[in-house]
Amino acid sequence: MSLFNARSAWTIYKRELLRAFRTALQSILAPVLTTTLYFVVFGAAIGGQMQGGMGGVNYGAFIVPGLLLLTLLGESTSNASFGIYMPRFTGAIYELLSAPVGVAETLVGFVGAAATKSLILATIILVTASFFVDYSIAHPVYAFGYILLVSASFSLFGFILGIWADNFEKLSIVPMLILMPLTFLGGTFYSIQVLPEPWRSVAMANPVVYLVNGLRWTFYGRSDFPIVLSLGLTLLFLAICVALIAWIFKTGWRLRT
Amino acid sequence: MQPILEISGLTKTYSGGFTALKSVDLTINKGEIFALLGPNGAGKTTLIGAVCGLVRPSSGAIHAFGEDMASNWRHLRARIGLVPQELATDMFEPVRRAVGDSRGLFGLPPDAAKIEEILRALSLWDKRDAQIRTLSGGMKRRVLIAKALAHEPELLFLDEPTAGVDVELRRDMWRQIALLRERGTTVILTTHYIEEAEEMADRVGIINKGEILMVDEKAAMMERLGRTEALIALAQPLDEIPEVLSSFPLTLAEDGRVLCYRGDGGEGGGAGTTEVAQLTKALIAAGIDYTAIDIHESSLEDIFVNLLEGGAA
Repeated sequence: MSLFNARSAWTIYKRELLRAFRTALQSILAPVLTTTLYFVVFGAAIGGQMQGGMGGVNYGAFIVPGLLLLTLLGESTSNASFGIYMPRFTGAIYELLSAPVGVAETLVGFVGAAATKSLILATIILVTASFFVDYSIAHPVYAFGYILLVSASFSLFGFILGIWADNFEKLSIVPMLILMPLTFLGGTFYSIQVLPEPWRSVAMANPVVYLVNGLRWTFYGRSDFPIVLSLGLTLLFLAICVALIAWIFKTGWRLRT
Repeated sequence: MQPILEISGLTKTYSGGFTALKSVDLTINKGEIFALLGPNGAGKTTLIGAVCGLVRPSSGAIHAFGEDMASNWRHLRARIGLVPQELATDMFEPVRRAVGDSRGLFGLPPDAAKIEEILRALSLWDKRDAQIRTLSGGMKRRVLIAKALAHEPELLFLDEPTAGVDVELRRDMWRQIALLRERGTTVILTTHYIEEAEEMADRVGIINKGEILMVDEKAAMMERLGRTEALIALAQPLDEIPEVLSSFPLTLAEDGRVLCYRGDGGEGGGAGTTEVAQLTKALIAAGIDYTAIDIHESSLEDIFVNLLEGGAA
């Protein structure tokens, strides 16, 4: 038997996607509706009153990458964490653990499905945004690649969260109390250049700032930081998550007793 | 007999310090039905978990199909199936898809005919499109068995397969397990129903507090540890045991109205009842009349209880 079993990975991937579509109202429609409300309130209503926009871009268009990222981070994390936490909670994980399935198949299955769902959400959100604000994408290929990278990274992060959590509260604490505030304060609605000191320096300690700016660069070709810095930090985060998951599988932490 | 599973020196100590398995040695032969008996917390599920990859052993070795599980787990697990004790699966999935997914998870291509065969054999075909959550407890357990069989394992673990299942379904399941054996599948089952082991198992292992107390063929165990007891109601009470009956292990009860035969053990498998027959002939020859005989042979359950209590059966 080879070191990677594509059928096993495909089975996990398919099952996870079906699970997401089974709860489409909650997992797809709800985040799209929430983001749409942001576009209506901040983009169309408030943004329409802001003369000169922000960072040289119309304000409605300025917030598109940030809002997209807000949804991507939350949904990638939640979906991947629920994906692995639920079988742990119900005991159904016995089947995965007793199957000839290693870390590679598990990640491709669970994380791939979570990332795919995030990409579907991103597409729907971008299409929805086009009804409320005028925006353009300067580097569509980079934008796709960056969205994919962020989705995969935070799906990996969610997977770790789902293994770490031992109750439902812990599962929702990280997206609600850490990711969402960091994203709100990470330049989703403003350029950190408009912040006075010392808040600008404080904001630079927020890792989400670099994610938002990275995605904003792919849209408008300009950002508060060089794209290489954003890309490098995102790749570093991805590598740390992969290393952590490899360690989890090697030691069986919270998976095998 | 060719061994299919060899466990040696298997020890599992959990992080809290509890030792669930204490240097367990066990060999399972190809094609047999092996019943692992033990009270709650004896280590049965931990033992199964260690073989199937759910539990990380503290020390010891597990060889399946002649290969080390630790280093060759990937292709060895593909040949092993597990039916867990808990009804744990995605309850919102329809039956057929759940079973098909189990096959895919183990790396096998879809095979609609095989899935149909498994579902029909377990009387699940009529429920193939029903969500698992809508099924009864017994049917849910069948779904778990179907999922475990989907990748056609050569070695199948059944952890309490008939827990919570009614008598009719239980007997039906016994038939299914017997069919599996006929097809060459080796079955290891844990059970609380000793009747189940008595009915199905070729060999029986008794485990308690993480230690294997005894492993033997069921018939040999019953013969070796079985005991026969007989109560003979006498037509006339006796004051004492007559000299002609002194070679039999007898006592008097109920003011001499009942003659009690109690074997010393080791006369299971029919030896005890033969001696009781000789006793009745001796009674007639001695002119001692009797009105009723009640013979009781040790069941596996008696042997099991005696072993756990540390007494001789």
